[in-house]
Amino acid sequence: MNHAVQQAASELVELRIPSRPEWVALARLAAATVANRLSFSLEEIEDVKLAVAEACTAVIQHERHGEFIQLTCEALSDSLRVRVHDSGRHDNHAGDRAKMDFDEARIAGLGIFLIRTLMDEVSYDVHPQLGTDLLMVKKLGDRPE
Amino acid sequence: MDIKVNVREAPGDCYVVDLSGEIDVYTSPKVKDAIGDLIDRGVYHLVINLEKVRYIDSTGLGVLIGGLKRVREHGGSVNLVCTNPQIKKIFDITGLVKIFGIFDSEDAAMKALV
Repeated sequence: MNHAVQQAASELVELRIPSRPEWVALARLAAATVANRLSFSLEEIEDVKLAVAEACTAVIQHERHGEFIQLTCEALSDSLRVRVHDSGRHDNHAGDRAKMDFDEARIAGLGIFLIRTLMDEVSYDVHPQLGTDLLMVKKLGDRPE
Repeated sequence: MDIKVNVREAPGDCYVVDLSGEIDVYTSPKVKDAIGDLIDRGVYHLVINLEKVRYIDSTGLGVLIGGLKRVREHGGSVNLVCTNPQIKKIFDITGLVKIFGIFDSEDAAMKALV
């Protein structure tokens, strides 16, 4: 098999962390390490770190009652795809949000805003019983040779 | 991963809060407590020095916004010292540059306190 073709194939890194604040740093560092395998700039790697941390923080702060967060980072030839899955159910999520005061809700919105600003593509897949998937893509821009 | 918080009195009835490390969902409560304690003691003019902060997320921003809101209720102010381009960028894209005074040096931040 052609070695160059092998290099172009995706590389997948998965990490499962407890859904607690002290583990968010590990998730963001793992994502940064994968981003560093691609030719992202330091600034872009910081963008990925922050987006992944915000995604994990949203899970924890919304108290979705899941036990873990699953992070999947896929290094492609032209982009980094990150999936943040939480196992929490959404049957009482509206109640959790209602408990937030206005300022807390604004801060939570800041996290989502940062994710959407720092990543090129963002989408959600919410399942009431299985949890939520947040998919984010950071594309490699044109780099000088 | 941790955050170090050092609080010191400065001339002019104000305090400086030196932060060092990473401010995220795990460490931000420590920062919130330090700022909250000062405000509870009647300190309403603060300089928060972020020069040694390597990382901040929305929970850290939330703590700073909360502190600013509280001191403004007493006619106070919060100025930030920030030289890290990545952290400046976060304040920029969130629009927080419009509500915080952000300075390149502690001296400039102190002089600009209302």
